[in-house]
Amino acid sequence: MNAIIFSALWGVVMMFSGIVTQNKKTITGLSVLGLVLLLFINCLHAYGIWVIKLDTLGALHFDSIGLFFNAIAIFATLLYVVLSGKDIENTGVHAAEYYALLFFVLTGVSILTAFNGLLMLFLGIEIMTIPLYILTGADKRNLKSNEASLKYFLMGSFSTGIMLMGIALIYGATGKFGIAGGISLAPSTGLAVRPSFLEVGGMILLFVSMCFKVSAAPFHFWTPDVYDGAPAVFTSFMATIVKSAGFFAFIKLFDAHTAVLGDSWNILVPFVILITLLIGNITAVFQQSVKRMLAYSSIAQAGFMLFALYGNNDLSKEGILLYAFSYSLATIGIFAVLIKLKDYSLDGFNGLATEYPLLAFSTAICLLSLAGIPLTGGFFAKYYMLSAAIKAGGIFWLVIVAVLLAAVSVYYYFRVIQAMYFKSGAPSFNQPITKAFQFTLFGVAVMIILLGLFPNLLLNFFYF
Amino acid sequence: MPINYYIFFCLTLFSIGIVGVLTRRNAIIIFMCIELMLNAVNLLLVAFSKMHHAAAVAAAPDTTVGGDGQIFVFFIMVVAAAEVSVGLAIIVMMYRNIHSVDINFLNRLKN
Repeated sequence: MNAIIFSALWGVVMMFSGIVTQNKKTITGLSVLGLVLLLFINCLHAYGIWVIKLDTLGALHFDSIGLFFNAIAIFATLLYVVLSGKDIENTGVHAAEYYALLFFVLTGVSILTAFNGLLMLFLGIEIMTIPLYILTGADKRNLKSNEASLKYFLMGSFSTGIMLMGIALIYGATGKFGIAGGISLAPSTGLAVRPSFLEVGGMILLFVSMCFKVSAAPFHFWTPDVYDGAPAVFTSFMATIVKSAGFFAFIKLFDAHTAVLGDSWNILVPFVILITLLIGNITAVFQQSVKRMLAYSSIAQAGFMLFALYGNNDLSKEGILLYAFSYSLATIGIFAVLIKLKDYSLDGFNGLATEYPLLAFSTAICLLSLAGIPLTGGFFAKYYMLSAAIKAGGIFWLVIVAVLLAAVSVYYYFRVIQAMYFKSGAPSFNQPITKAFQFTLFGVAVMIILLGLFPNLLLNFFYF
Repeated sequence: MPINYYIFFCLTLFSIGIVGVLTRRNAIIIFMCIELMLNAVNLLLVAFSKMHHAAAVAAAPDTTVGGDGQIFVFFIMVVAAAEVSVGLAIIVMMYRNIHSVDINFLNRLKN
């Protein structure tokens, strides 16, 4: 509750700060301050201190995993603003509004981590995505940005329509918007009844629309275009924090609901995982632009996160936290470097290591983590996901396929490392690389390695 | 009237919306079809709400069962209004740059 109220309020503060001051540095500083306060106030809630006590009539339910995920999302946003704040300022003239929209997205994320019914799920998803439509089109003169924004908007509201139809059908079948579904007892006879046709249809529509939102194949086709067209700073935000929050909601939603779909669930989810992994990894191999490659790689990573949906046990819940954190860290790190480059293609990275060894080293760590090389956070994230799936049983073949495709992913991540270390060239930047930026990025790399050595550092926090 | 009529009617409206989104090429018309989908859902929710209410009234005359469906409809309307304002702004921005709202122009990102 603290995070929801405070992030919405601070969004308004950011909007007004645009009127008071034109100094972009002040505005960035103010948003960093807001994020630190938000993180603190969210942790206060975890210790049982409410800033404002509100009775939500059961619409929201705060549990430790949700608050912990929220803390991860806010912390990742903080790192993102610290690393790429200058680029947010330079996207257009309305720096204060961009930050305000980022805070509104965080409001949506906070609702999604606490929703306890389909109404709040719907509101959370909308509050999270509507600001993103605007941020995608933030570069108003750029036709690619316009196109990405329109595409994202049309696809997003289309999937919202599908989700709402699913919700309406579930409501028709059960008479409530709760998420505790499953096989119910008939009121008259007291005997167990099978879920009705309406409820099953509703669940499938809900599943389809959530696949849309987290860009799982075969509903992924908007992702590469939108991620490619949006200003790179906002792609970084969309591909990390928003995507992991979408996954968290997806897993939370289907936590209790798998019973409705019965056996078909065990066919549906492995099918989606398989084609998501295949399409994401195989298509990423052929990309020349690193930005577009990262878009496809985010589809591939979504395939791994979907294992948590199938696993649906304690291990998968720990795994999704670890995955969200390590994936967000690594992707924010790579994007922070990519945004500074003038050329987004692979050649843009040529010779980075000779000019900025520390920068290249940190980027390499981020890429290794995405590929899931041991000693990085990405390794344990993938390990938790796959072991959760094995524990759930039934899809051992898919785990093997996933490991093989992770090996494929090493190829396209290493091409960037190869360009940085083994090709000569003079990378040109939009703006000077400061010492502070290099050391912050190095800090991110250190965090990734720490996660890879001691994943329990993060998970012990969770059980404080 | 039996609930079946409402379900068939709303699903028909919803399908018209989906077919419109998938086949039309004008951004504004696609947008209208999305609104049609949302409104089909609104209608269905109200119908279901009435159905659950009627069933509950038979047992207890002063029940409030079914009210949540109608509250949901208000939320959908509010969110749809927010979406309209953002969506139309995006379409206007597009129109200013290319003087067209035809989505066949949307091919710059296809490699």
